[in-house]
Amino acid sequence: MIELTIDSKKVQVEEGTTILKAARKAGVEIPTLCHFELCDMGIENKPGGCRICVVEVEGRRNLAPSCMTEAQNGMVIHTHNIRVLNARTTVLKLIISDHPFDCLVCAKSGQCELQSLAIQFGIRSQPYEGEQSRYRKDTSPSIIRDVDKCIMCRRCEMMCNEVQTVGALAAVNRGFMSVVAPAFEMNLEDSPCTYCGQCVSVCPTGALTEVDHTNDIIRALSDPTKTVVVQTAPAVRAALGEEFDLPPGTLVTGKMVSALRELGFDYIFDTDFSADLTIMEEGTELLQRLQRYLAGDTEVRLPILTSCCPGWVNFFEHNFPDLLDVPSTAKSPQQMFGAIAKSYFAEKIGVSRKDMIVVSIMPCLAKKYECQRDEFKADGNPDVDYSISTRELAAFIKQANIDFLNLPDGDFDDPLGESSGAGVIFGNTGGVIEAACRTAYELYTGKTLEKVDFYALRGMEGIRSATVDFDGLPLNIGIAHGLGNARKLLNDVRAGKSQYHAIEIMACPGGCIGGGGQPYHHGNSEILSRRIAAIYTEDERKVIRKSHENPSIIRLYEEYLGKPGSHKAHQLLHTEYFPKSNEVTIHLHG
Amino acid sequence: MSRYKMHLLVCGGTGCHSSESNLVYEMLRDEVERKGLERDVQVIRTGCFGFCEKGPILKILPDNTFYTQVKPVDAKEIIDEHIIKGRRVYRLLYTDPETEEHVPDSKHMGFYKKQLRIALRNCGSIDPENIDESIARDAYQALGKVLTEYTPGETIDLIKRSGLRGRGGAGFPTGLKWEIAARNEADQKYMVCNADEGDPGAFMDRSILEGDPHSILEAMAICGYCIGATKGLIYIRAEYPLAIKRLKIAIAQAREYGLLGEHIFGTGFSFDVQLRYGAGAFVCGEETALIHSMEGKRGEPSNKPPFPAQSGYLGNPTNVNNVETLANIPVIILKGAEWFSSIGTERSKGTKVFALAGKINNVGLIEVPMGITLREIIYEIGGGIKNGKKFKAVQTGGPSGGCLTEKHLNTPIDYESLTAAGSMMGSGGMIVLDEDDCMVSVAKFYLGFIVEESCGKCAPCRIGNKRLYETLGRITEGKGMQEDIEKLRNLGSVVKDTSLCGLGQTSPNPVLSTLDNFMDEYLEHVHDKKCRSGQCRDLLYYVISEEDCIGCMACKRVCPTHAISGEKKEVHVINQEICIKCGACMEKCQFDAISLMNDYPRVNYQLTMDN
Amino acid sequence: MNQKINIAPAVFEYMEKVTGSDGVEVRVNLPKEKIGKINEICDAFNNDSGELINVLHEIQHTFGYIPAEVQDVVAHNLHLPVAQVYGVVTFYTFFSMIPKGEHPVSVCTGTACYVRGAERVLEEFRKELEVEVGETTSDGKFSINCLRCVGACGLAPVVLVGEKVYGRVSPDGVKAIIAEYKK
Repeated sequence: MIELTIDSKKVQVEEGTTILKAARKAGVEIPTLCHFELCDMGIENKPGGCRICVVEVEGRRNLAPSCMTEAQNGMVIHTHNIRVLNARTTVLKLIISDHPFDCLVCAKSGQCELQSLAIQFGIRSQPYEGEQSRYRKDTSPSIIRDVDKCIMCRRCEMMCNEVQTVGALAAVNRGFMSVVAPAFEMNLEDSPCTYCGQCVSVCPTGALTEVDHTNDIIRALSDPTKTVVVQTAPAVRAALGEEFDLPPGTLVTGKMVSALRELGFDYIFDTDFSADLTIMEEGTELLQRLQRYLAGDTEVRLPILTSCCPGWVNFFEHNFPDLLDVPSTAKSPQQMFGAIAKSYFAEKIGVSRKDMIVVSIMPCLAKKYECQRDEFKADGNPDVDYSISTRELAAFIKQANIDFLNLPDGDFDDPLGESSGAGVIFGNTGGVIEAACRTAYELYTGKTLEKVDFYALRGMEGIRSATVDFDGLPLNIGIAHGLGNARKLLNDVRAGKSQYHAIEIMACPGGCIGGGGQPYHHGNSEILSRRIAAIYTEDERKVIRKSHENPSIIRLYEEYLGKPGSHKAHQLLHTEYFPKSNEVTIHLHG
Repeated sequence: MSRYKMHLLVCGGTGCHSSESNLVYEMLRDEVERKGLERDVQVIRTGCFGFCEKGPILKILPDNTFYTQVKPVDAKEIIDEHIIKGRRVYRLLYTDPETEEHVPDSKHMGFYKKQLRIALRNCGSIDPENIDESIARDAYQALGKVLTEYTPGETIDLIKRSGLRGRGGAGFPTGLKWEIAARNEADQKYMVCNADEGDPGAFMDRSILEGDPHSILEAMAICGYCIGATKGLIYIRAEYPLAIKRLKIAIAQAREYGLLGEHIFGTGFSFDVQLRYGAGAFVCGEETALIHSMEGKRGEPSNKPPFPAQSGYLGNPTNVNNVETLANIPVIILKGAEWFSSIGTERSKGTKVFALAGKINNVGLIEVPMGITLREIIYEIGGGIKNGKKFKAVQTGGPSGGCLTEKHLNTPIDYESLTAAGSMMGSGGMIVLDEDDCMVSVAKFYLGFIVEESCGKCAPCRIGNKRLYETLGRITEGKGMQEDIEKLRNLGSVVKDTSLCGLGQTSPNPVLSTLDNFMDEYLEHVHDKKCRSGQCRDLLYYVISEEDCIGCMACKRVCPTHAISGEKKEVHVINQEICIKCGACMEKCQFDAISLMNDYPRVNYQLTMDN
Repeated sequence: MNQKINIAPAVFEYMEKVTGSDGVEVRVNLPKEKIGKINEICDAFNNDSGELINVLHEIQHTFGYIPAEVQDVVAHNLHLPVAQVYGVVTFYTFFSMIPKGEHPVSVCTGTACYVRGAERVLEEFRKELEVEVGETTSDGKFSINCLRCVGACGLAPVVLVGEKVYGRVSPDGVKAIIAEYKK
């Protein structure tokens, strides 16, 4: 332990602690801008670029960036003397001088870290006039890049490269013109971007935001000829409350349902239902491949990879086009829902496909892209019409004058609103494979699973593995969240070194609860853990905890699909994948 | 060298090379051959003599004759007259500008008299493409001595005692740097030579590499031995093709002689050197940026600590030294720490190479002992201000440095005194400015350079320098306000105080030092809209002379903004508020009645208003 | 800087153009032999991503510039995201994505040249050739660039046309220099 003095407070910290963290321990919160940390996941961004967190260290010539300067024994540090305050305010004004003044119409207003600092420092004027950097606005199916607002914190670059290993974004140009952009400043759509949205979830300003579909939904809701059906993803209920100042991890399932009803949706359903359906199809596929493997079939592809995460699907289409037959062919819960809603349910209520609008509320930005994919359309009509994020829903509720906090708890509608606990845990890393195990175990062994909680599959490590005993058959399970971790497991699969039978992959750190469409966590990983805990609580509260026991699912197969893996199930619930080479067209002709 | 009776040393440095010194060399060789003198006369293409102002240079040994501005056609005359008949070619001799007399012997030239050449000891004396000539001048002797007689610790101690400090900018003690790198244990360490000389107007590193590459290879090997590195890398600007070529030759020759490679001098020490190329980024002179660039990345600096000595190239302990620093090492080993530390001042030992340029008679590369005064450099070595103009300032340290004035001329130069005066040693650029230079424009020039070269990683450097540059621009355009001056001060000090790397931490120096020393010029620009040196075009005013104007209306007709008024046969007047300073009127006037003034023409302006 | 990627067919012949969503042509396909040459260069550096800058130097030396599709091949060979390669190319002024003119004019704007009037010389070149710094004339003959100190400060201001050095250039002398190459 070493001891130092920060603003005349003595504090003891471990050797190697930064001044920023030592100050935090002393109760001094030094403002930061580019620094970003999700400590539970080993994700940290500290390029030392913004210089907002500078402090005076006695005996040093220059001010020191507290985020990356290690505390040393006997250091005397001032975090708010006139020299520091003047420097900090001046640097802040400089950053603002190269930032548009359109806070009133900025998607990030109220959540913008630059705006917060401007408020904190009482910036009332902008004395440093001069040129502002100007770039083309880039709109992709999921993400809008408005890099005039980029402050070069490099968080997105770190996320895209180090954490996700997607490599769509990099710092380009030099000096005043430097900015984070795709290669050749081309559109994100033409880059290897997976739309995982992690860049959006860490961007401190409005440089990276989601494409907003709220207005499309308002238009649909006000059209009397349309039946508007909404589905809500598991992770949304564990985070939506944060937008209404509820503590992180507060489950707001009932209030969310009531709010959607007040907004005017005709049917409020649950993506948890189609998550159960996914387990039926994917679990069946797993068992089929496993049984063929055990029977000595050398052609069969194992491990099987989950396919419910659209960011992950985009990632392997871009980076592992040679392994397209490895993932399960099962569609994601969002798309299974859309397919069933516009067939089974539409027929049931006697509404034609074109008069039904399916909306999804997702913690995810890649879902916006997913629902626009051609293979999820029938005659140009998409199975899911619009996908909006948790944040967009919150804004919509506020816009509609709904007193969210005082809403009574509502219930999902039947029949696509009924779900098991297995469907709920899809929102957490490890949840999909745990849900699959609950069903696959019973289907494979024919025995009842007594302990449904597979604690070995839970946790926050980026790559986890566990062996689940299927009544004598040891099933090797791999789990990865974050695409960089996924890449590691996939490289093993490609090299033929993988020991796993099944692998679950989620593009976002923490799984869907940490998705790119969730309320901004601003680097507080505690928020993510609380959301994870909330999801498991929702699971525990459920009477039915296994997908195959969901009565609505059973009825769906009885009435419509036959059995899992049937021809009709394949038609509606399975898909195929397409190679998206990152090297564009060169090698076709080369 | 002794086999020959005479040696003709032709400068092959970039400056002379650019003015066809290679042709001079070839013509001399042809001529020597034609006259059958090959056995007695050797023609050598050497590195830079430093006296670039009068290139191409030809020096003849043993009589030390120093010919300047030699043209290829002069070769025949030189051989016929000087070599064969023993008569100097007077018209090619250097002429002392004061006495206007020819100076036959270079030892008596003012340019060389006060110099002490340690780092440049071999530049201009040897053929850099021939290792034997280097060896004849003691190259690799120091390496041999170190490897066979000293432990690494003893060598480091010797360098520490010599007091040698880094010549690249900040002046960190070299021995201490080596000691830190030696202390960090690792399987692989790297010795890096920083040859990314980016200061506009400094070219000493290039001259050393072009003129004496073996001294650098030798010093790198010595350092490698001291810190435990077997791999050496030279990071050199791609803009230096000649230096690259000569380094490649030198490396190949040293390998052939066993002076690089495995088991050097039969000892257990192995060391080899590779080249890495810069690609046009000034910031890569900063050692962490340089390392990132060598790794194939954007040359963005990173926070220190960790220092390269802890985690540098590919995460390994790395020691980075500048070319000029290294050039001193072999001499220090051979002549001893005490010899070296006897030169210079209390805290700055040895010599420093400066690239003397600007409004000075003797532009060139000079090496002087620390502690010499600016006056000695400018007036004795530099031969005073060009065209008899008045000295105004001297800018030292390149974009990181500042402008010093008359009052600093007698200050002995060393690291501390320059910093105290608001400038810095930097890599040794020294630009002399005269009364025709506008100090606000000079500050703007340097800031313009920084804006182009800032890597963009940290906000104060990326945006702060841009704003400094824009503010200076407004002032030179006559749009400056009093508050701009305060803004410059505050912004400058914050950029210094908060920037990430050495580039940003020193970039406002040109502004701050000119604010300190030339506030009157700033105030003139801001309040009187006047640039006394006439450099700021927006602060020049077209004025029609009452005496010379005949009222022909020609100027009035061409004026695109109708700023000229006046009836036929009456004196015309330019309305300064409307004038866009295109100069069309002056071009048109056949009576030389229109001139440019750097004072706002209030009288004329008043007349216009009355009209 | 919203750099549009216009690729002049000086070195690379087009095989097929791909038009980006905003109408900007961003990609062309490279003929086989060009890819072969690029592969050769990358192989010479063991396809090591740490050698990216050396590879780019070699490529620029071979082709004269480094257009987008070449960066694509390099990125593929060196196992780097192409965005990172582009990030490096745009960081260093030595690398160019636009082919230089047949006679590249480089005006030294180092300090020594600046104080001896390099700016006015540069301005004269811009006026005479009717292009900005970093651009190439429409006939592909000339391009203008600035460079920092070639170390010929004694000759300031200095201009290079190709490899040839012109010393003590005055604005009035610019026309004559251009005329030498116009023939």
